[in-house]
Amino acid sequence: MPTFDLAECPLRDLNRALHEVTEGSNDITFDVLNPRGAHAVAVGVDAPIRVDVHGSVGYYCGGMNSEGVITVYGNAGPGVAENMMSGTVTIKGDASQYAGATGRGGLLVIDGNASSRCGISMKGIDIVVKGNIGHMSAFMAQSGNLVVLGDAGDALGDSLYEARLFVRGSVKSLGADCVQKEMREEHLILLQDLLDRAGFTDVSPNEFTRYGSARELYNFNIDNVDAY
Amino acid sequence: MSYRNPSTTPRQSATFDEYTLSEIRRAAATGIYDIRGGGAKRKVPHFDDLLFLGASVSRYPLEGYRETCGTGVVLGSRFASKPIELKIPITIAGMSFGSLSGPAKEALGRGATLAGTSTTTGDGGMTEEERGHSQTLVYQYLPSRYGMNPRDLRRADAIEIVVGQGAKPGGGGMLLGQKISDRVADMRTLPKGIDQRSACRHPDWTGPDDLEIKILELREITNWEKPIYIKVGGARPYYDTALAVKAGADVVVLDGMQGGTAATQEVFIEHVGQPTLACIRPAVKALQDLGMHRKVQLIVSGGIRNGADVAKALALGADAVSIGTAALIAIGDNDPRWEAEYQKLGSTAGAYDDWHEGQDPAGITTQDPELMKRVDPVDAGRRLANYLKVMTLEAQTIARACGKNHVHNLEPEDLCALTLESAAMAGVPLAGTDWVPGRNGF
Repeated sequence: MPTFDLAECPLRDLNRALHEVTEGSNDITFDVLNPRGAHAVAVGVDAPIRVDVHGSVGYYCGGMNSEGVITVYGNAGPGVAENMMSGTVTIKGDASQYAGATGRGGLLVIDGNASSRCGISMKGIDIVVKGNIGHMSAFMAQSGNLVVLGDAGDALGDSLYEARLFVRGSVKSLGADCVQKEMREEHLILLQDLLDRAGFTDVSPNEFTRYGSARELYNFNIDNVDAY
Repeated sequence: MSYRNPSTTPRQSATFDEYTLSEIRRAAATGIYDIRGGGAKRKVPHFDDLLFLGASVSRYPLEGYRETCGTGVVLGSRFASKPIELKIPITIAGMSFGSLSGPAKEALGRGATLAGTSTTTGDGGMTEEERGHSQTLVYQYLPSRYGMNPRDLRRADAIEIVVGQGAKPGGGGMLLGQKISDRVADMRTLPKGIDQRSACRHPDWTGPDDLEIKILELREITNWEKPIYIKVGGARPYYDTALAVKAGADVVVLDGMQGGTAATQEVFIEHVGQPTLACIRPAVKALQDLGMHRKVQLIVSGGIRNGADVAKALALGADAVSIGTAALIAIGDNDPRWEAEYQKLGSTAGAYDDWHEGQDPAGITTQDPELMKRVDPVDAGRRLANYLKVMTLEAQTIARACGKNHVHNLEPEDLCALTLESAAMAGVPLAGTDWVPGRNGF
């Protein structure tokens, strides 16, 4: 198993090695030691490899991940798994702002809390947060699912498009055009699957409330101007 | 018999002119601000206010048909392992698929390739038409991240992080529902027919310190191969340029207020940002102050129309220019042959700017399958290449007349200004004097 100690080797060596994995490569599991808040750790992964990061990372860990299974045994800085295409990124601690921003696919699991703008502009990614999320989360979220086992901050789902939001705890306030919606059977099935994939099996989908777009702001209307 | 005093001729107000009155009536009738495409239409100090001095006793010219005058430019030599080499210093600016039709994007790629230069994607992702027909393609990284993916990032030749654009520094965008075809909707991961908002700032970074880290991420993902541009609108050119350099840019793209947009509010286009002419010298000074002039390349855009504009921008310190509106005109936008249809839309050839409505008779700013058939990508690409070559020849003509064997050797000392404003903005003497307004406190 290749090991990259970032106290000893440059970040470039790590990311280059991850990008050089091709189909049939023997080494598909990587250990990263002493990240010490380094930025851009394990970005641009484009193969079904496993990367275990032992410590906390800075900005954009797992950015644009495709197929990789990346686990951070620590906290993550802003923009973790930004624009992820597929695969799984798991943060065993807390995550900072913009977790999963613009993600187009894959699964982001945060064992702790996520800060503001979690899932901003998400485009198909699934995000499951065991703790709470901060304000303006799912802002302009287009597609995908955001599951929060704790509470959500102010202005959840502001200017939301077609993403689905599931919150188990309280929501401090909803953003423009975001409304509570009926939890139908299809949503319970979807939510159960997301919880199972995230490894959170001790909660029931029935404990959650679903939020989505009222679709009132989809086409500009001057009479809605106060909502903007 | 009654007597009438002689009447005066009816007098229109200079303040409430015909256009202003029509806009007040339009706003009162519709309850919404006016949205349009293009850049600022008001008259602002521009390159026309500058003149080249040409050769004289102290400077000898180069022979126009015998002595070479280079036009090549290398972009991205600071950090990228694969900088871009272009034959001419004129590039095609970013314009989105969605705003423009597929054939129009293909034509831009074909024309740029024939002329030996680059074209640029826009706020809708990379299309196969454009990638396939563009030898050198710059991939824009925008706040919306519509269509953004690592595969396209890696098959781009350069990456342009868009912070702002000249038509609307500080503004986002809106692609109205009528232009959202199935294909556009799919590329943007949104339902068909709804208005698609483009955010005004990036979702995962704020400020120059974050931007430096964002650039690091993009370089790591692309293995430090691609030049990274930062595009800014003409707002605070000195500081924006300095901060872009600090953040690690290879290239700064500076877009003045005459630069076009697919659609935004008229009030934004005409009242926010600075003229292109006013932006260049502060940006160049920032590069010089940091010792980075010619190391970090400067591309200037916004109202570039001909080889004289190219030469003047380069003389003021730019490494290259970029064209958008002019390129659209070259491939057929606002062509008088569609006049009857422009009239039906309440406009006229040369003034049509309702690009957001998707009814462009020229088939360029539309997603209507029938209208877009009017653009033959091969023929339109040829016209664009012709136009780019003419601009290059014109710039060479001027450079030779100034005694320069490369267009990059043009310098401010080759210029004078016709007005006080342009002299102050460009930092060159008022014609017939040695006075540069604003220099030395006067």
